[in-house]
Amino acid sequence: MKPVFTVTKGMLPVSTSYCPGCTHGVAHRIIMETLDEMGLLGKTIGVAPIGCSVVAHQFMNVDMCEAAHGRAPAVASGIRRVHPDKVVFTYQGDGDLASIGMGEIVHAAARGEKFTTFFINNGIYGMTGGQMAPTTLIGQRSTTSVDGRSREQAGMPLKICELLATLDGPDYIERVSLDSPAHIRAAKKAVRKAFEYQVAGKGFTFVELLSTCPTNWGLTPTEAMKRMREEVTAYYPLGVYKDTGKEAE
Amino acid sequence: MAVNKLFFAGSGGQGVLTMGQMLTYAAMYADMNATWLPSYGPEMRGGTANCTVVISTDKPVSCPLIYEADNVVVMNLPSLIKFESLVKPGGNLFVNSSMIDQKATRDDIHVYYVPANDIAMKLGNARTANTVMLGALVSVAPVVPVEMIYKIMEKTFSGRKAHLLDINKTAFHAWGKEQ
Amino acid sequence: MSEKVLMKGNEAFAEAVIRGGVRFYFGYPITPQSEIPEFMSRELPKRGGKFLQAESELGAINMAYGCGAAGGNGFISSSSPGIALMQEGMSFLCGAEVPVTLLNVSRGGPGIGSIQPGQADYNQVTRGGGNGDYRIPVFAPASIQEAVDILYEAPSIADKYRNPVMVLADGLMGQMMEPVMLPEPKHAFTSEEIPAAKPWAISGSEKGERSVVKSLRLQPEVLEAHVEHLYEKYAEMEKELEKVECEGLEDAEVVFVAFGTMARLAREAMELLEAQGIKAGMIRPISLWPYPYRAFDGISQKTKAVISVELSMGQMLQDINLGVKGRVPVRLIHRVGGMLPTSLEVVEKTKKILEEVR
Repeated sequence: MKPVFTVTKGMLPVSTSYCPGCTHGVAHRIIMETLDEMGLLGKTIGVAPIGCSVVAHQFMNVDMCEAAHGRAPAVASGIRRVHPDKVVFTYQGDGDLASIGMGEIVHAAARGEKFTTFFINNGIYGMTGGQMAPTTLIGQRSTTSVDGRSREQAGMPLKICELLATLDGPDYIERVSLDSPAHIRAAKKAVRKAFEYQVAGKGFTFVELLSTCPTNWGLTPTEAMKRMREEVTAYYPLGVYKDTGKEAE
Repeated sequence: MAVNKLFFAGSGGQGVLTMGQMLTYAAMYADMNATWLPSYGPEMRGGTANCTVVISTDKPVSCPLIYEADNVVVMNLPSLIKFESLVKPGGNLFVNSSMIDQKATRDDIHVYYVPANDIAMKLGNARTANTVMLGALVSVAPVVPVEMIYKIMEKTFSGRKAHLLDINKTAFHAWGKEQ
Repeated sequence: MSEKVLMKGNEAFAEAVIRGGVRFYFGYPITPQSEIPEFMSRELPKRGGKFLQAESELGAINMAYGCGAAGGNGFISSSSPGIALMQEGMSFLCGAEVPVTLLNVSRGGPGIGSIQPGQADYNQVTRGGGNGDYRIPVFAPASIQEAVDILYEAPSIADKYRNPVMVLADGLMGQMMEPVMLPEPKHAFTSEEIPAAKPWAISGSEKGERSVVKSLRLQPEVLEAHVEHLYEKYAEMEKELEKVECEGLEDAEVVFVAFGTMARLAREAMELLEAQGIKAGMIRPISLWPYPYRAFDGISQKTKAVISVELSMGQMLQDINLGVKGRVPVRLIHRVGGMLPTSLEVVEKTKKILEEVR
């Protein structure tokens, strides 16, 4: 019998420890499937952040290291200097990248570092128990904004794709969402494009994946998907923010 | 001579640090032990410059820092005022009399007034004033062999700077000739 | 054998680590060591290496972590406040067992302090400011030649133990020039050689076992076992890396304890005291961790005082007391803020101390 589907070798044969309905598993899988399909699994080095996905190396079947909170882009810059011919990526949440690690991501992007960053934006600090993140939406409740985030008290949420797109360093920036099969397929295409650019020797590539955190959003997995589709994408529009390949055409 | 402590002071651009370095190189070429220590501060240009050189003929230099000096060179007035007291009794003070119209106040030291800038101008290159001064120092206090000064001059003034070698050698002996 | 050359401390330090096998430099400008990144930016590309100016000291230490995790021999230089910013990274490097060579050209503190020489980083570098149980070997050379010799070996020590190694100099040594003999360059691993030479490194190669470099160990029993493993390494370092120079302890009336530049000053004070008929000895710790406690057993019955000569408020006294074990009075001669004592000042203060303890 001919198998119609096999699990990618990019994922280790273990169950993830993420909450039910969390999209980390989906994000992991499309990244690893893409590397597998491109024949890059044995040539890739990944950097895990601090946050729920600090344990990404327990599931992603490539050489990996952990980075201190927010510092993954600096760590990847160091790795890249030693191994100029490998594929290097960081996988970072919104607290890690958009709050404590803002300095590192902006400078890595500005340097046009030849690695790919996957930015998992679920608008909340998951691992520490649902505190407000720099990406938490106005009105969104968290354990440090119990009546909902207010502009007066906490300012406005950060739009990272838009911010990084102002820089001349990056070659590719896209925001995708993991809320539906169609969007997941589109997300995988963005992941592939980022890796293709990297393999082709282009500079910094960045894919923001809008994600859910049903546990800390206080919603069921289905409600979380609905919220992401309706509320989150309204503030964080999907699309390509920078593509030097396209500009060149 | 076992240990000789030297101190050079002036304003930035007078070649004060270079004088000390030339001497340190010469000491190294002569297989002596030596240290060169500059003062350093936050400003990049101007201000005062000084450096300390310690030369030891046999054993390693114990301490690159000094509390008194056998030989002190002052290239401008503020340096004379500030560092005359650093000369140890019986030591030598070299005063750039082209730039300093005051006399030293102590009578327990040997003072040499060297019109370094005037001599350098007469030779046709104002920038050799520090070499004139270094020559005066070494002729009074032969802390390093003159051939080793030549050796570092030959290394410094080579290639594009080769045309400066002869004038520097002349400048090095200029004050001694006048005495 | 190479020729003797006259080099400024900072440039000699940089040349020594390149010869010791370092090919990657990460740093952020800070006085009084900025000649080092300047030198590295010129020299490393010529020698098959890479230079990267980081956005901050946080960036620098984490770039070095990535470099070391990937199997490269990385080097970081900074000065006191910059080293303070890197403490989290050092804890990470130790926890994840990643080698790197660090150089602290220390200055005055606390806070931004001054840019003049200081030794008030003693606690910062020997005790560490990062979290958790970890240790970093620290060497404090007293001459440019000694610094060159230590920095030349430091990358190999870091690799051997898979741990950071630190060299502590001060601004004065960084600016000073002394003749040095430079050692022959060691081999530096290319990226192709790394998977075989360092199979634990994340090199992105199909070498069989997958590599993971990490410091997170959520299960208590796993973390406990890991920390115990680290401490077996540290015990070995204590045995193998201790370095000290003792002089004239047999008949010394007074024994100085000093490291780095202050040891040079104390050395001259010994000569001046001897000329006045007072025999002085010296214990010069070259490794500040592991600290040479046993050297203090060599202090004789004739010794009336042990004096620490330091550019801090006496941060080394704790270690000295652990070595002296109450056998002899321990005193301090110090200056801070970038002020330096003269050897004459040390002599005068020593005579006063001897009068007190007699």
